[in-house]
Parts: sequence; structure tokens; C-alpha cells
Amino acid sequence: MGKFSLKKFLDSGSLFIWLCGGALGLSLLMIGGLLVLIMINGMGYFWPKDLMQLHLQDGSTVLGEWVATETIPDSESSAKPQGRERIQLKVGNRDLYGLDFRWVDRADIVKEQYPSDVVVFERREWGRFFGWIKQIQEGERSLASGNAEGMTVLFPLLERTNGIQERIDAIEKEEIAELNYRLEQARLRLRSLELSSQSRISERGEIEAQVQELESRYAVQNAALIALYDEMKRFRITVVDVAGEAQTFQVGTLINAWLPNSLGVGEKLLMYVQNFWEVLSEEPREANTEGGIFPAIFGTVMMVVIMSIAVVPFGVLAALYLKEYATQGVMTRMIRIAVNNLAGVPSIVFGVFGLGFFIYAVGGTLDQLFFAEALPNPTFGTGGIFWASLTLALMTVPVVIVATEEGLSAVPREYREGSLALGATKLESLWRVVLPCAMPGILTGLILAVSRATGEVAPLMLTGVVKLAPSLPVDGFFPFLHLDRKFMHLGFHIFDVGFQSPNVEAAKPMVYVTTFILVLVVLMLNMAAIALRTRMRKRYAGSSV
Amino acid sequence: MQITANLANAGTSAVPMERTRRSTLVVEKTTNTSEHRNQEHMESTSRPLADAHPKIVIQDMNFFYGKVQALTKVNMPIPANQVTAFIGPSGCGKSTLLRCLNRLNDLVDGARIEGKILLEGNDIYDPGVDVTDLRTRVGMVFQKVNPFPKSIWQNVAYGPQLQNVKKRGTLDELVEKSLQGAGLWEEVKDRLHGSALGLSGGQQQRLCIARALAVNPDVLLMDEPCSALDPISTGRIEELLYTLKERLTVVIVTHNMQQAARVSDLTGFFLLGELIEYDDTKTIFTNPSDRRTEDYITGRFG
Repeated sequence: MGKFSLKKFLDSGSLFIWLCGGALGLSLLMIGGLLVLIMINGMGYFWPKDLMQLHLQDGSTVLGEWVATETIPDSESSAKPQGRERIQLKVGNRDLYGLDFRWVDRADIVKEQYPSDVVVFERREWGRFFGWIKQIQEGERSLASGNAEGMTVLFPLLERTNGIQERIDAIEKEEIAELNYRLEQARLRLRSLELSSQSRISERGEIEAQVQELESRYAVQNAALIALYDEMKRFRITVVDVAGEAQTFQVGTLINAWLPNSLGVGEKLLMYVQNFWEVLSEEPREANTEGGIFPAIFGTVMMVVIMSIAVVPFGVLAALYLKEYATQGVMTRMIRIAVNNLAGVPSIVFGVFGLGFFIYAVGGTLDQLFFAEALPNPTFGTGGIFWASLTLALMTVPVVIVATEEGLSAVPREYREGSLALGATKLESLWRVVLPCAMPGILTGLILAVSRATGEVAPLMLTGVVKLAPSLPVDGFFPFLHLDRKFMHLGFHIFDVGFQSPNVEAAKPMVYVTTFILVLVVLMLNMAAIALRTRMRKRYAGSSV
Repeated sequence: MQITANLANAGTSAVPMERTRRSTLVVEKTTNTSEHRNQEHMESTSRPLADAHPKIVIQDMNFFYGKVQALTKVNMPIPANQVTAFIGPSGCGKSTLLRCLNRLNDLVDGARIEGKILLEGNDIYDPGVDVTDLRTRVGMVFQKVNPFPKSIWQNVAYGPQLQNVKKRGTLDELVEKSLQGAGLWEEVKDRLHGSALGLSGGQQQRLCIARALAVNPDVLLMDEPCSALDPISTGRIEELLYTLKERLTVVIVTHNMQQAARVSDLTGFFLLGELIEYDDTKTIFTNPSDRRTEDYITGRFG
């Protein structure tokens, strides 16, 4: 061995390998860290937590879920170098305290307890209540008093009130929604009769008769609804918090109740799964900070599906022309550069374009031509899932074009020639041999497009996303698919819940859950496309894409 | 042998001169060979160049890739039901010529052809010619084995399906007949719907031959069909050529001179875009009239 030579060492490449490996490792670490953070915070939300009762030095008691422990800032002194710790508790009972959270100085704590009979009440309004049952009444008659007796009475009662609530929901969301829809249709038909010059008296009378019939049906449904609400009002529950303050509300406002400190692991697991399912399947409550996110999941998936249906044929046709038919030269090179640049345009610019072109120009014209009777209320002249999907399709079309072109280039020339030599025309060769072989490449483009579109929020805010959509874009009324409707989206939901809600601290777990589910949705959409691609690759094993 | 020399010189001589000369030669040739035929006691193959009605006639053909001339003044008749081999060093234009015979060079940007190629008397470069129709009459097998990434059945049925043969029974029959014609039927009959890419290289090439046969062509062009195959697969394809030429006219480009000697009835030697010599294979390999042919065959250059 001679003496150490720096050049020789550098040229040997081992340093370079470490550099490359390090770069890759760092990226993986960051991505992994992000996913783990989201997962821990998101998945933890569903686990039923114990309720902690703290007796403080001033004689008061606090009851709540442990959230975090931290060192009080600037509390270090020479006597106590570590500083003092404090505990953050979620105390709930928003209607009583006004705040969901409370900090407790660890030094003030005299005693820490986990009372086994404390109850968590999940409510439709005001968040959770932590406390004990004092009394349950039907009208003036007492059904139960005290916590133990109360719990035995509460569960059958909850089943009953939840049943009534379901019926109320059914009437409101189906029967009355249908009547409203039909009344609106009738109103629009009357309006379009007014707009058309010839007055057809008979038709007018017919519609008016129909309106009367609908209104009488409406009255019937409304009466049923009032009766149900009255039944709900009969059952009342009085609860007390840890300080002994009482609060009375209808049993109907409760969704569920449980004894967190006496749940076994099995019961907790069951609740975990139930909570998870609730978030996936329910509609949001309390300004999106509680309840589920089903409409947002549905809106996201539907938007991506509509976008894919729009972007794939469009991008593939454009790429086919650019690659297979156009004479290659300066012009095609310039178009390629333009397409690549389009992929780099900030998404908000596409949002503005979507608003100006799709919504105002195209949608406005459509409204004037086909939905004149609804004006001045816009139908397509306002943001909606269709325009949002088209805007995203426009944003992702360059990705599909580039990927398709690459897929087409990767099809061996021999396949084309082989096909042509058998008497196929160029179109037949493209359609029957080249395109199937380029399919994996096209699907790669779709995967990239889907990944980008699912997480995109900025353009949606201009083109049709809302924080709470009254109805899904798909329902039971003709034409079933309502492309003009506004929709909810997971990405926007994160923004809205995390940064626009009145109670940001309480909404934090919801932000993590929504993020986690958004990542899951992206993953699942991608997995679907990847599975499709793998099948294609197996079938066209010869292609090198 | 006079003929060959004249044909070879054709490239360099003045056009009208050459034309007249050749027309006289054809007559001469005919008489010449009928004598031959008698003399040689009915060899199974007749003297090919003597065929009065060659399948393909290439007349005064020049071919350009942009400004580069790839073929110069090629004149050659290609007789029916014979195997004609094109030999020559790389870049001599033999593959280009082959690809002109089914107009596959049309796809190349800047490709330009002068002169005529007559298939049964009709110019295939006539504007009225339907190129796809031509290609069903003139099939092709490529140097790079290229079965489509589909099933064996789909590969063979591809051509007939393009011609709107839709009946499953007819297609099945055609597939079986074509695979038998390519000597592949016995090996693949149990896995017709398996991927063609699961076959060995030699089988894949025979599948390509079967695929070409399925459209029932008159002429089969083969561009170095065995260059990527092992000797055994090569042997099977060469055997196949003997049977194929009973049904159709085969034109084969090969780098392997033994192969040309084994399988072909006629051989054309190309050098730098010119047809140097074109004659009976036996003559070319035993008694070539041009020095350059001799040098190439004996391995002195190339």
C-alpha cells in the first residue's frame, strides 16, 4: 500500500455510493417520519381514552382526558433546572366551561384518580360531556336516578331515541327532500312556461294542481316530523360534572355513552373499530370538528374518477397525434416544451382559469341556453364537481401526454412493422398492437395524475368545493348524477377543520384523521391503478415499459 | 454467365443501352435454359432465371434515404416458387431492397424510390396501389423475432381478422393450417391461448412465419430470419423453406453464406448499393463471374 491518495479514494466511488445512499435514506426517513406522525396521531384518535380526575391544591377537582405533558416555558430556575411540568387535559363540557382544554400545573396536583363510574356522553351538539348521571325522566316521571341505575336505563332508551332520530333523518333527507325537489321542479316548469311566449293554460293548471298535491303531502310529512320531535322531547337526562354542576338535556341529543375507565381491552378495541367506521361513514357535525367525513371521502373519490375519465382519453389522443401522426420537427418540439411547462404552472392559476372559462364562460352559456328558468340562480354557472374535475383534468393532462408519449416510444418498432407487414393500416396497428403495449405507460401517467389531483386543493376552492355540502353529488333523483352540485373534499376539509374552525384545538385530532384518510385514499386509488398496470404488464409481457 | 455479367454491369452502363441489351438477353436466356433443362435430366428445380414470367421484376431501381443513395440501378427478376437469397456485407442495401418489395420503406422519413418494381406485371409503387392489400400479398418475416404480446392463437389470427374474417371456426382452421405450414402445430397445439412470448426464440420465429402465412401471401420476404437463432432452430427454418417454396416465392436476406448456399435457388450479391452479380446459387458459389463476388464468398473481404 502506498500513501493515501485523496484522488484515488474519491475515484474509487465508495464516497459517492455513501452520498447516494445517504440521500435516498434521508428522503425515506422524511417520508416515513411524516407517515408515522400522521398514523400515530390519526389512529390514536379512535382509541377510547381514560378519564383522569385530578384533585388540586386549591380544593377544586378537574376531570378530563390526558392530551399532553410539557415543560412550562421559561420555568427553569437555578433551584429546579428541569423546569416545572404541566398537563393538558381535554375537559369537554363545552356548554358549561366554554373551553375544551385546560392546563394543570403538575405541582398543584394533590391526587390523581381514575373513577370507574365516570361516563362519557357523546352528544350531537356541544361536544362530549364528562360526568355522571343524576336523573333520567320521561315527562315528569323519573325513570332512574343515580349513576348505576341511570346507565342501565340509558342504553335501551338510547336505542329508542336513536331509532326515532333515524326516522327523523329519513323523513327529512328522503321524503321531504324529494318533495322539495319536486316542488322546485314544478316551480321551474312554471317559470319556463312564463318565459316561453305562448301561454298554455291547461299545462299551467296541471302543474299548479301538482304543486297543491305536493304541498298537502308536505304537510303530512311535516306533521309526522313534529310528532317525532315531540316524542324525542319527552325523554330528558340530567347529568352532573365533576364540580357537581348539573345540566339537563334531551336524551335524543345523545349519540352514545360509555364508562371509559371500566372498559376492558376487548371493549376498547370494539369501540375503536366502531369509531373508525363512524368517521368513515357519517356526516360531519359541529362545524366539521366532530362526526364523520364520509361526504368528503365520497367527493374526493368521485372528483378523481370524473377527472380520470376526462383526462385519459384526452391526453392519450393528444399524445397519439403528437407522437404518431404529426411530422416531427420544430413545431412538435415546441409543443412538447409547452406541454412540459404546463405541468409546472401553479395549480391556483388553473383554478382561476377554471373559474373564468369553465364556470363563467361555458357554465354561464349553458345556463342561458338550457337552464334559463332557474336564473338568476345559476345551475352550471357556479362551482360544481364537474367543473372542478375538468379543471384538475386540465392541470394533469400534461402528465398523461408525456407518459403516453414515453409509453408509445417504448413500443418496439418491430411490433409496428410486424403489424403493417400483415396488411394492417396504421390505425389498426395503433389500435390493436401499439396502444395495448403502451397501456402500462398510459396507466403510469394516470397514476401520477391521480396522485397529483387527489391532493390538490387550491384550484378546487375556486371551482366548487365547500366546507359543508347539503347533499352528495349522487342521489336517487333523476338524473342521479348531479354534476352541477358543490362537493366536499378531504384536502379542503383539512384546511377548513384545521385552520378555519372556531375550535381549532379540539379539531386537531380530526385534522390528523382526515389527513390519514386522504393518504389512504390516494394510496388506494393508486393501488387500483397499479394493479391494473400489473395485469396489463403481465399480458403484454414483451413491452419494456 | 454472360447474363449475369450484363446484369451486373447494368448499373454502370447508360440506361437506354442497357434496356435494349436486356430485352434481347431475355430471349437468349429462355432458349438457353430450355436446352439446359434437357441436358440436366429434369432437375427438380428449373433454371430460375429462365422463368418467362417472374413473380417480381425490379427495373432500374434507385433508392434514397434523404440525399444518401442506398441502391443504384438495381435490375433483377425474381422467379416464382424459388428461394432467392440476397447476400452482401452490412450496409450494402440488401435489406433496403427487401423492404421495398412490400413498401415497408414508405414509413421511413425522406425515403424515395425511382424505377419500378413489378409484382406479376403491376408496378407496386403505382399511386393506385392499396398498400395494405399489397402487404397481404407480400408477407414478411423480420430479423428481430417479433410476435405480438398476445396469445399464439391471436398472433396467427391477427392477419385474417384484419381482413374481417370473424367466424371462430374459420379462424381456428386458418390458425391450425398456418401453424402446420410453419411446422409449429405439434409443439403448440395444446397451448394456443398461452402467451406467444413464452415460446423459445426458434418457435417464436416460426410463429412469425405462421402469422405471415395466415394471410396467404404469394411472396414471403425474410430479413435474416435466423440471425438470432441457434443452429437447430436455424435448421428447422431452413427445412421449412424447402416446403414453403412449393406454395410461394421466397426472398431471403442472409449474412450466412452457407445458409444462402443451402437454401436458395438463386443468389444476388450486393455491394455498396449495387447488384454485382445475380445467378444460380450453384454458379455464384462455385464459379462466380465477378472478382468481387469471389472475394466476398471466399472471405477475402467483407
